[in-house]
Amino acid sequence: MTADVGRVVDAVWRMESARLVGALTRVVGDVGLAEELAQDALVAALEQWPVTGVPDRPGAWLTAAARNRAIDGFRRAERLRARTAEIGRDLASRQLEEPDRAAALDEPVDDDVLRLVLIACHPVLSREARVALTLRLVGGLRTDEIARAFLVPESTVAQRVVRAKRALGAAKVPFEVPAGADLTARLASVLEVLYLVFNEGYSATAGSDWTRPDLCAEALRLGRVLAAATPGESEVHGLVALMELQASRLRARVAASGEPVLLDEQDRSRWDRVLVGRGLAALQRAELAARAAGAALGPYAVQAAIAACHARARTAAETDWPQIAALYEVLGELMPSPVVELNRAVAVSRAYGPAAGLEIVDALADVPALRGYHLLPAARGDLLARLGRGAEARAEFARAAGLTRNERERAVLRARAAPAGPDGDRPA
Amino acid sequence: MRYMVIVKASEDSEKGVMPTEQELAEMGAYNEELVKAGVMLAGEGLHPSSKGARVRFDENGRTTVVDGPFAETKELIAGFWILQVSSREEVLEWVRKAPFRGGEVEVRQVFESDDFGDALTPELREQEDRLRATVEAQHG
Repeated sequence: MTADVGRVVDAVWRMESARLVGALTRVVGDVGLAEELAQDALVAALEQWPVTGVPDRPGAWLTAAARNRAIDGFRRAERLRARTAEIGRDLASRQLEEPDRAAALDEPVDDDVLRLVLIACHPVLSREARVALTLRLVGGLRTDEIARAFLVPESTVAQRVVRAKRALGAAKVPFEVPAGADLTARLASVLEVLYLVFNEGYSATAGSDWTRPDLCAEALRLGRVLAAATPGESEVHGLVALMELQASRLRARVAASGEPVLLDEQDRSRWDRVLVGRGLAALQRAELAARAAGAALGPYAVQAAIAACHARARTAAETDWPQIAALYEVLGELMPSPVVELNRAVAVSRAYGPAAGLEIVDALADVPALRGYHLLPAARGDLLARLGRGAEARAEFARAAGLTRNERERAVLRARAAPAGPDGDRPA
Repeated sequence: MRYMVIVKASEDSEKGVMPTEQELAEMGAYNEELVKAGVMLAGEGLHPSSKGARVRFDENGRTTVVDGPFAETKELIAGFWILQVSSREEVLEWVRKAPFRGGEVEVRQVFESDDFGDALTPELREQEDRLRATVEAQHG
């Protein structure tokens, strides 16, 4: 029974902690202190609920418990101030104010959670610190859960959290939602953190309880929370759309044998239709928000639009490759990168034939960032093979096989590099 | 994990009695809370069974269509939510917050036989890690 109550406390904490810590930060003015007060309330719940039973409104119970601790804290600070003899203070009238200040906790303020996300992802913090603090303060995860998910020691995460809170205090970062372009700039840092967490989960290993796949779910959830809090921000909807659409393919992208399944070969009936629908709807919100702001789509929304082209195609053959190629061109302008350009080359080859794709790939041959990147010769070999230039194709596959560090991939590439392999000379 | 939260029908829902303004407001606030918490994937209310039908299959696969309404009100469904949560306890705590007076709500876990978590291999992870490292290298 006690163990069950512990699990209920965990669940309530996951549901309520962001709102609670947000409200406490607004009242006490310091996120570190706010989290301590909330944690005290959590400890009180763990002590009392096994005896008294779970209250009818557990969230309100936690708020009340945290409020009492906050009032104790105000009084203690007040006594200290009185003892250090600040002159001319009317202690009696100040004490009257305390319950008022604490009562502010009971009034939900819509922006509390948004402010908390913004402070957890503040640019004064390192990327690792932002990730840890966001999952801890906004996600309501315990330090050991975060550590397990990121495969680092618990003490490392604990240190990151402590240092991050100290850095926020030292920088006197205000608990606020900036307006206009400032908000968009601060949100960019939040989106980066959420997508990082999502990708960490997207490359998941097997495991028992809180493992990396859950990071995908948590990043998605936090993205949805953020989108609900900032409905006018196109890129927030764009990132949510991108994550929903990528997550919709999670169970189709790995074969039972454990081998990755390429998009073309995925069983599309295994795509998660609920997430596809949500992703397409989120993309539409991104487009509407951009239009309302008189702005073009940002990089997340464009990537979501590419993912949506795949999601809309009932079969791989129905894929709208000209549209995907055009979107990669837009993405390349927003976020110039040889990797984006290589993707564009593949899309162009699918839309307009291998010769058009090869032209783009050849222009990438001397880009330093792609030196040692096996997918470049692999893509080039593929296009050459489709053009019937078998000998050149085999040389590229051999080069790619020498570059990849993945055994399975190397076997596939070596087979294509062999003279009697599947890519012998054949007409285009 | 994903749960379907099933709201059972009542005499009123089967009669097509619309909720009062207050009930609607409370339900709206509850739905908003679910959305703001990022846990609600879907949720719909259903018309009374009088607008529905059942398709019966005999042992040879032949079908008969039976029009509603259906008598066993408490076994009927009036609406549902699909919630994405991290535990059974969490879905139950969410349901406990729902603004119902009277009636019953059933909670069922959605079957995800092919949990992707078991299928992803270290090789794939390595591949993804390298890909990400490469992409990050582009952005400095």
